[in-house]
Amino acid sequence: MLATSPPAAGAAPDLLALIGFSKSFAGFTALDRVDFTLKVGEIHALLGENGAGKSTLIKAMTGVVARDAGTMRLDGIEIAPRSAEEAVRAGIATVYQEVNLAPNLSVAQNLFLGRQPTRFGLVREGEMRRRARALLAEFGLSIDIAAPLESYSVAIQHIIAIARAVDQSARVLILDEPTASLDAQEVEVLFAVMRQLKARGIGIVFVTHFLDQVYAICDRITVLRNGRLAGSAPVADLPRLDLVRLMLGRELSAATGRRPPHEARAPSTAVAAFRGLGKTGYVVPFDLTLRAGHVVGLAGLLGSGRTETVRLVFGAERADCGAAQVAGQKASIGSPREAMALGFGYCPEERKTEGIVAELTVRENIVLALQARRGALAPLSRREQDAIAAKFIRLLDIRPPDPERPIGLLSGGNQQKALLARWLATAPQLLILDEPTRGIDVGAHAEIIKLIRDLCAEGMALLVVSSELDELVTYADEVIVLRERAHVARLTGAQVEVPAILAAIAEVPSSASPPVRAA
Amino acid sequence: MIRSLSRLTPVLATLAVFLAGFIACSLVYPNFASLRVVMNLLTDNAFLAIVAVGMTFVIISGGIDLSVGSVIGFTTVFLALAIERWGVPPLMAFVLILVICAAFGAAMGAIIQYFELPAFIVTLAGMFLARGVSFLLSTESIPITADLYAHLSEHAFRFEGGSRLTVPAMIMIAVVLAGMVLLHLTRFGANVYALGGSRQATALMGINVARTTVLIYTLSSVLAGLAGIVFSLYTSSGYSLSAVGVELDAIAAVVIGGTLLSGGYGFIFGSFLGVMIQGLIQTYISFDGMLSSWWAKIATGLLLFAFIAFQQFTLHLARRSRRAPAGVHP
Repeated sequence: MLATSPPAAGAAPDLLALIGFSKSFAGFTALDRVDFTLKVGEIHALLGENGAGKSTLIKAMTGVVARDAGTMRLDGIEIAPRSAEEAVRAGIATVYQEVNLAPNLSVAQNLFLGRQPTRFGLVREGEMRRRARALLAEFGLSIDIAAPLESYSVAIQHIIAIARAVDQSARVLILDEPTASLDAQEVEVLFAVMRQLKARGIGIVFVTHFLDQVYAICDRITVLRNGRLAGSAPVADLPRLDLVRLMLGRELSAATGRRPPHEARAPSTAVAAFRGLGKTGYVVPFDLTLRAGHVVGLAGLLGSGRTETVRLVFGAERADCGAAQVAGQKASIGSPREAMALGFGYCPEERKTEGIVAELTVRENIVLALQARRGALAPLSRREQDAIAAKFIRLLDIRPPDPERPIGLLSGGNQQKALLARWLATAPQLLILDEPTRGIDVGAHAEIIKLIRDLCAEGMALLVVSSELDELVTYADEVIVLRERAHVARLTGAQVEVPAILAAIAEVPSSASPPVRAA
Repeated sequence: MIRSLSRLTPVLATLAVFLAGFIACSLVYPNFASLRVVMNLLTDNAFLAIVAVGMTFVIISGGIDLSVGSVIGFTTVFLALAIERWGVPPLMAFVLILVICAAFGAAMGAIIQYFELPAFIVTLAGMFLARGVSFLLSTESIPITADLYAHLSEHAFRFEGGSRLTVPAMIMIAVVLAGMVLLHLTRFGANVYALGGSRQATALMGINVARTTVLIYTLSSVLAGLAGIVFSLYTSSGYSLSAVGVELDAIAAVVIGGTLLSGGYGFIFGSFLGVMIQGLIQTYISFDGMLSSWWAKIATGLLLFAFIAFQQFTLHLARRSRRAPAGVHP
C-alpha cells in the first residue's frame, strides 16, 4: 500500500487491462468481447442501463463468475482470479453497494478479520485497535473502533470497507454503486477518500447511475450497452447529451422512430390527480394528472425515481406528503389494496419476483387480482375463472393457449401478457406499467405496444415507465422526465420526441455547480 | 464503554437472575448458602456446561447442533463396552471416543457446508444416527468398574466442611475457560462471530467459511464426547438412553445466557450461567423434596420465554436508537 509516485497527466501507465471479455448464461450473452483499460491513479466510471453487463463485467474481473473468453493483465502480468479471495490477493478489491462486512463485529475486527495481529495464536487486541485507528485516520475518520460496525451510517461503513480493501494492498478498487444510499454530504466524504486513493496511484472503477457524480470525480467513462462496449472516452470529450445517447443507444431507426401525429385531443376527464406527492429520501414531491384515454410516460435513467413514482401512486410505498384526487373525490392511497379498490392496476418491473407466481397456472395468475379485489368471501367459480382466462388468452394471444399451464413455463413476453390480463380482468380505470417490454422478444414488443394503444383508445388512463424511448414516443401523450429522484421536465404534444427527452435527461441541473473534474 | 456495557447487558441480566435465585433459595432454606451446594452445582451440571460451551460456538455462528445429547449417550455406551468388554485402558478409550466424535462432527459440518443444507436437518439426522448406533451397541445399562472410575473421587480437591471440587467440575471449569479464550481472543473466534453476522460477507472478506464451519461442528461434537466422558465418570456406567434431550437443555442454557439464537452475539460465560440457573432450579426442587421434578422443566420454560422477550426488547431498543432516521430506499 505504499504510495506509487503520482502519475503525470495523460501519460499514466496502464494498471489493469481487460481484453475480449465474454460471458454467456444459458444462451443469453451477458458480455460480448468487452475491452476495458484502467490507468494508474485513474477514476474510471463504468456506466450502463439495467442489463448492460456492468455487474457481469465486475464479477468476471473479480473471479466471482468464470468468464468464457478474455484475458486480464494487472501491471502487465496476466492474472486469472477464480474467486473474490484470489482477486483480493492479486490486488483487485471490490466494495459493493451492500456493505459486505460483518455488522455485529467491531470496526477494528472488520478491518482486520482474518489477518488480525496475533501472538501465540491469540489476537493482540491492543495492537489491532492501534492499527485500526491509524488506518482510519488516513481516511480522516476518527470513530470508536471498538463499537460494532452496525452502529455507524452506511457512508462510514463504506469507508471502512474501502479502508479494509486498500489496506490489503489493493492496486485496483472497484466501487459498485457505493453512493446509491448516501446523502450529498456523505457522497462528498466518499469523494474525498477516492481523491486521496487516486493520489496514491490506486485505480478506481466507479459504478454509479448519478451522472453528476461521474462529472464531479471521474477521469474517464466507459459505457456498456446490451453486453457490448458502447464507447469509452475521457470525461472532457463526452458531454452529457452524448453520454446519455451512448447509454440509451438511440440511433433512431426509421421503423420505430415515428408515430402517428398527435391529433390535438380535448383534455378528457382526470381519472386521478396527485398534488405534491412525495416521500423524503425516496422521490421529490411531484404533481401528476392521469386522464382517461391518455398515456403518460415516465422517462429517465436507472435510479432516477421512475419506479419510485409509480410505487407511490399505487400505494406500494407510503407517501409522506401530498394529496390525491380520484374521479374528482379526495382519496387516500395507503396501500395497494386501497389503490385497487379505486380502480388502479400495476404491472411491476420485476416480473419474476413481484409479478408472476411461477408455480400457479396461467388461469390462476390471471384471476389473482380480480379475486383479491372481490375478497376471499366471494370466490370466483371455476366456470367464471375459465371464462376469464379463455377470454384474455384469446384477446392477448397468450401462447401456448393453455390456461392450465404453470406460468413459469411461458416465455417472458407471454408472462407479461398474462400479467397484463390479470389487471385487465379487474377493468381498471388506471393501469400502471413498469417497463412492460423489458426482457421480452422483439415480436412481443410490438404486440404489447399495440395493446397499450388499444387500451388507451378504449378510454383507460395509462402510466408507463419505459427505458425504450423509441417505443415510449409512439404511444405517450405526455412524457415526464426524471432525474435524481425528481420530476424535472414535462413534455407534451409535439414535444414528445426522443431528442427532447434525451436532452432533458442529460441536462445539468441549474442548481448544481458546473461539473468539476478532480485535478 | 457504554456500548460494550450494553453488549454485556444480557449476561449481566443472567447473572442477576442467578444471584437473585441463589439468595431466594438461601432465604427459604438457610443451609442452601453453602460451599457444598455450590460445589455440587458445579459437579452435577459439569457435562451440561461442557456441551453448552460447544453449543455456544455453534449458535453464535448461526447454526444449531441437535446431535449432542445422542453423542453423549453414544459415548457412555462406547466407553462402557470398550473398557469393560474389550479391555481397552480407560485413557485410551477416552482418546478413541474423542477422535470418533471429532470425525462425526467434521462430517456433519462438511455436509452442512458443501451440500448447503440447514444445520437443523443435518444435526437432527446426526441425533438419530448416534442414538441408533448406541442402541445397536447395547440396550442395557453397563456398569463401569475400572480402577480409574472407582478411585476417581479420591482425586477431588477437598475443602473444609466436606465439600469437594470433583474431577468433572475441574474439567468443566477448564473447558469453560478454554472456550472463552478460543471464542474471544483468537482469529477463529472472530470468524465464528463474523459467520453469525453475515455468512456471505464473511466469505467475501476472504475468510475460509468452509473450514470454519467444519471446525465449529467438530468442536461441538468433541465437547459432546468430552461431556459423555464426564457423564460416564459421574454415573460410572454406560447407557444408550442417557442424556436424552440434553441438546435442548444446552440450547436453553445458551439462550438464557444471552446468546442470540439467530447468531452473531453471545458469550461463553453467559451459557455457563444459563447452565447454573437450570442447576439451581433442580437443586431447589431436591431441597424441597415435595415438588415434582417436572417443575424444573416448567421453570426453565418460563425463564426461556422471559429471556427471549427480554432479548427482543433490548434488540428493538438498540435498533430504534441506531436507525432513527429512515434510510433512502434503494
